[in-house]
This record gives sequence, C-alpha cells and structure tokens, in this order.
Amino acid sequence: MKVLLARTLLIVGAVALLEILCRLGVIPNFTVIPPSAMAQSLWKILASGKFSEDIAATLTNVGIAIAAAMVVGVALGTLLQSWPAARRTFDPLFATYYAVPMYAFYPLLLVIFGLGDFPQIAIGFLLAVMAVIINTLNGLDRVPPVLLKTARVHRLGLVSAALRVRLPYAAPYVFTGFKLAVAYSFIGVVGAEFITSSRGIGYEISFAYNNFDNPVMYAMILFILLLVISVNMSLHAWEKRLLARRRRA
Amino acid sequence: MICSLRGVTRVYPGESAVHALGPIDLELAPGEFFAVVGPSGCGKSTLLDVMAGLAPASAGQISFEGKPVNGEVPDGVGVVFQEDASFPWLTVYDNIAFGLRRAGAAEAEVAAQVGYAIEFMGLKEFARAYPAQLSGGMRQRVCIARTLVLKPRLILLDEPFGALDQQTRLLMGDELLRLWRETGATVLLITHALDEATMLADRVGVMSARPGRFLDIIATGWPRERDSTIVANESFGRMTSRIWKLLRGESLRAMGHG
Amino acid sequence: MKFKEPIVLVALLLIGWQLLYLIVGDVALRSPFSTVQNLKTLLEDARFLPHVRETALAFTQGFAIAVVVGLLIGVPLGAARFAGEVAEPILVALYSIPKVTLYPVILLIFGIGMPAKVAFGAIHGIVPISIFAMNAIRNINPTHLRTARAMRLSTFDLIRTILVPAALPEIVTGIRVGFSLALIGTLLGEMFGSQRGLGHLLMQAMSLHNIERILALTLLLVVFAAGINALLLALDRRLHARV
Repeated sequence: MKVLLARTLLIVGAVALLEILCRLGVIPNFTVIPPSAMAQSLWKILASGKFSEDIAATLTNVGIAIAAAMVVGVALGTLLQSWPAARRTFDPLFATYYAVPMYAFYPLLLVIFGLGDFPQIAIGFLLAVMAVIINTLNGLDRVPPVLLKTARVHRLGLVSAALRVRLPYAAPYVFTGFKLAVAYSFIGVVGAEFITSSRGIGYEISFAYNNFDNPVMYAMILFILLLVISVNMSLHAWEKRLLARRRRA
Repeated sequence: MICSLRGVTRVYPGESAVHALGPIDLELAPGEFFAVVGPSGCGKSTLLDVMAGLAPASAGQISFEGKPVNGEVPDGVGVVFQEDASFPWLTVYDNIAFGLRRAGAAEAEVAAQVGYAIEFMGLKEFARAYPAQLSGGMRQRVCIARTLVLKPRLILLDEPFGALDQQTRLLMGDELLRLWRETGATVLLITHALDEATMLADRVGVMSARPGRFLDIIATGWPRERDSTIVANESFGRMTSRIWKLLRGESLRAMGHG
Repeated sequence: MKFKEPIVLVALLLIGWQLLYLIVGDVALRSPFSTVQNLKTLLEDARFLPHVRETALAFTQGFAIAVVVGLLIGVPLGAARFAGEVAEPILVALYSIPKVTLYPVILLIFGIGMPAKVAFGAIHGIVPISIFAMNAIRNINPTHLRTARAMRLSTFDLIRTILVPAALPEIVTGIRVGFSLALIGTLLGEMFGSQRGLGHLLMQAMSLHNIERILALTLLLVVFAAGINALLLALDRRLHARV
C-alpha cells in the first residue's frame, strides 16, 4: 500500500502546487484558474443544472457508441475468428486502423449525415469497434482445443458453442476490449462535439473557450477528467472481481 | 455390440500426410470395460477422436448403436479428455449442470441429478467453488461428473488420470469401476499405464507403434465386482508381463530404436 | 504471396467506396477515381503546398518532442520499480482522457499558431511512448543483467549491447503508436484554432461544403498515415521476431 500512498501524495502534491502557483499569480488567471476555483465553478454548474441537458446528451451518445461497438465488435470478432481466410485478408486493416486519423472522417460524416448526434456517435463507434474486434479475436484465439472438443461432445451447434463456451472463456479479453471501447467512445464523442456540435460537454467547453469564460470552461474540463477517471477505476475494480474467481487460488 | 470399427484408418491431411491410425477392427460389447494401451504417439488419442465422431475416419466404417458415425458426436457418447476441460467461468455445480440445462431439463430435475453426481464423485464441499480453486484431480472429477450426469451409454476416457500421482490414480481407478458398475455403460479407457489397464479392464487392446493397429486383444477374465486390490491376483502379474512383452518392442520402435 | 492479402483488402475497400458512392450520389460523395484526380490537381496547386509544409513542420516537431520526452519519462520509470508502479495508473488514465478537452488550455498557454499545434501533437504522442518505453525497460529479462554483471561489462557496454537491443522492440512499438497519435493530435489542433495546415483546410472545405476537397484531403491523410504505419509495422515485426 506504499504505492497507493505515494501515488495519492503525488497527485495531491501536483494539484496543491498548481493551486499555489495560480493563487500567487505565477500562472495568470486568464490562462489557468486555481483548482479550487475550478471545483467551485463545477459545483455551481452541477447544482444549478445548467448543463444537465448537455451532460445527458454526451453520456447518451457515448453509451450508444459503446453498446454498438460491443455488439458489432464481438459479433465481427467471433465471425472472423471462425473464418481464417477472411481474417487474413483484413489483418492489414487491423494493424493500420488506429494509425489513420479517424477525425479526418468527421467532416465527411457531417456532410453525409448533417448536424445532429449521429456523426459524433459514428466517430466514437468507429474508434471503439476495432479495439473490441481485436481483443475478441485475441481472446477467442486462446480457447483451449479441449474446450472446443467438449462443446462438440455436448453437441453444441456453431452459435451455441460460441455463446456458451468460446465467448465465456474469452470474457476477460472481451472485457479488455470493453474498457478500451469505453475510453475510445468518450474520446470520439467528446472530441467530435468539440470540433462541431450544437450541444454536449465538448461543445460547452468549446463555447466557453470562445467566450473567454475560464471558470465554466475549466469546470467542464475538470468534469470530463473526473468522469473518465472514475469510470476507468470502476471498470478496473469490476474486472479484478470478475477475474478473481478464475485465478489460481 | 454397441460400437464397431471396421478397417478404420485416419490420415492427417496436409503436405506431408501423416498416417496416424489403422487399419483398426474393433467390436465393443455393451457394458464391457475395454482398455487401450500402446507406445506414445501410436494414435490412441486419434482412435478416441474417431470413435467419438470428433474426427472423420479416412477409411473404414464406424458405427455406434447400429448407426454410422462420421464427423459428428452421436447422442449417448460421453468423453473425458486428458487435459482439464472444466469451464473456468462456472462453479463446479454449474459445470456439472451444463449439459442438463442445455437440454432444457427443469431446475428441480437438474438439482436432483447434479446433486447425485456431486455426491458420487465426492465433490460435495466444493459445489460452489470455481475450478481454479481446485486441484487437478478434483477438476478431472468435475469433468467426469459432467459427463456422468448425462447418462452416456458409451464413455470414452483419454488418459484421464495422466497428471495424477500413483495413489490417487489407484483410487480414481476404483471410482471409475464403481461408476461403470452403477451406470452399466460401456467404457473405453486409454492409458499408458499397463497395470492400470490390466487391473481395470475386461479386455485390453495392445496397440503397435504408429500407425497404430491392434497387435493383440487380451481378455482378463476379471469378475465384475473388482477393485484395485486385484493386483494381488497371480494372473495379474502374468497378464501385465504378457502385455509388456508385446509392447516393449513397439515402444522401442516408437522411440526410434527399432 | 505476401502481398496478396493487402491487395485484396485495398481492392475490397475501393469497391466498397465505389458502391457507397453509387448509393449516396454526388450530394455527399465522389468516386474513388475522381477523388484521386482531385488530389492530383490539388497537389499541383501552388497554394496547396504551404499548407502541407505547415502540417509537416508542426507534426515533425511535435513527434520529435513526444519521442524525446516520452523516453525521458518512460525509461527511468521502467528502471525504478517503485516509481514505475506509482506512475503507471496515472499514465494509463492520461491515455484515456479525451485530450481534445485540454486543447483550450494549450491555446491559452501558447496562443494560437504553430507552438500550440506542436504542443498538442506532442501531448498525444508522449503518453503511449512513455508507457511502452516503461514496459520495455521493466520487462528486460533480469538474467540478461546478471549475465552482464558476470561478464563484468562496463555500464556503457551494458546499455549498448544488452539494454538497447532488449528494449528496442517494445520502444519501437511505442514510437509507432506515438507517431499515429501525434499525427492525429497535430491534425486535430489544426482543425480549429489555426489558419493554415491540412487540418484547417479540411475544416474550411467542410464549411464550404466542398466535397471533392474533403475527400481528396482525407484520402491524402489516410494514405500517408497508413503508409508510414505499414513501414513502421514491418520494422516492428522484424525487431520482435529477432527477440
């Protein structure tokens, strides 16, 4: 637990340093406001419910992107794992996918689908789905042949074998894909909102910036940071619990 | 006759085709306990795969209960593998209940059958545990219970006690005999341990080095009510040495010295 | 043949594109063929090259900073076990936050222009490079180190002949990921808060509803990113195969 303590001290120390530098004016207020002021502003905003519509919109869109990425990703991953020829053909795509600036497609999506939530969800989905596919493939690759044979001894059909044996075995890896899907969906949706949108947390940050409204801007940035970090920590804890029963005692 | 193989061979396809098994002729009488011994790599596991319908025969016919077997596992066949095949994401109870639930049995029926199997295999304290928390031997018992509970008429076991120590093996052998008598199933056991084969089986098939064929099939003549203490019987020693005489040359050949 | 699969894949993608164009029509897409022609025209346009130069300049600087800073952070954290354990979750958390939300902060600090773009590209690249470098150093087989001590190698020789070759494959993977992310960061930075560069042109084309240009620029960026990544990937695989 020394590690936990050290880490907490490090973070608290960094925040405290920032606070001091801001209060002393070493960092001017029109650049960065003190963390305490950020927190205050955030509290005010949440209490007043001023941005609750934006927050709801962002969370909904992120949720849709994650759900779509999981369903499509797991399905495609399972399909490709059972079809080696197709998988080999798409292999270069897997290797190159995340190298391509996905945001470059955003203007294209906006032109095709117009303003509205779909382009943002699409970017989030596109970023997330490949991580799910790759990790699902990885997990399914690791199913021991004896379990595949066992499925056949139990006379399970293809779909049944996938749902009842292969995917449950691969669940830890699918979960890794899920964690990435969550992170990428946030990055995609909020990023897209920032570039062009009419609502959402990303949009409000951009709007506040353009209107020189530092307190609101930093409050929302803080909000996103806290949200993503706490989601990640919960997923991490959940994962540990799920894996505990599969670890050698 | 519950299962018959006629002229069965298996050749693994590929650039350098491997003739792994056969030709094999075998007829299993219903309710008998048949053991297969042979040098390593002779194709014992391939024989099991082919009999179970897990791998297609390259030539010959296999039939189970009068119907041909080809590439699909017939209803009524249970298999216990060498490697641990327990599902790590399910508890012992859920593992054993797997086949029954899939067949759509009512939960009360499931509870009755699974409860019985758990008692029979001595797993009562571990019903809610996960396989990762159990030893290798216990996990193997879970796999056997999972097979048992579906009441197969033919049980195929591929070196199920391979990873266990000698004493545990002897005890598990007794349990296997108990299981065999209670269920009345036909059992085919693959093992590399000669004494295990001789002690447990009604007939022992001795396989040659690859490609595996039956050199001889020896009837032990043991009574149905037997257990591991049969090793004291004087015919035990004679039969085991007879099998070894057949096998010794084959084992040397399998190792490349023949 | 080794190149059969990528060719089939590219062919499939082009066919898919053409089909999509046939369905959607000129209102929202152009065909692959006309896009390539548009791109050619664009590349020959004298007013276009300065933008490419701008983006290239911003990206190169941002990437270079990301590599240097990433290694400076990652290598010591990999060597110092405790510090590495403390820092790792922080780095992983930094990896998953939408860095675009930090862009206003960057703009406030650096003002609009090249420095902000470079900084944005850099922060995108630093995190993966440092994470991979840290793991690369951490995972060096301790037996190598003991062998080196037994052979009484000097520190310099130790680094040169053992540490660098052992850690290099993972570090190159990190640099490859950092390359892609730094590019994304640079483009993102240009997409708002800049008057020059490919990212800016992309946004401009979008607001003018200039579909040909959007597609031509997107194609250019995709081909460039995928191409470089493929080269780095080949290097990556070769290094990993050796280990």
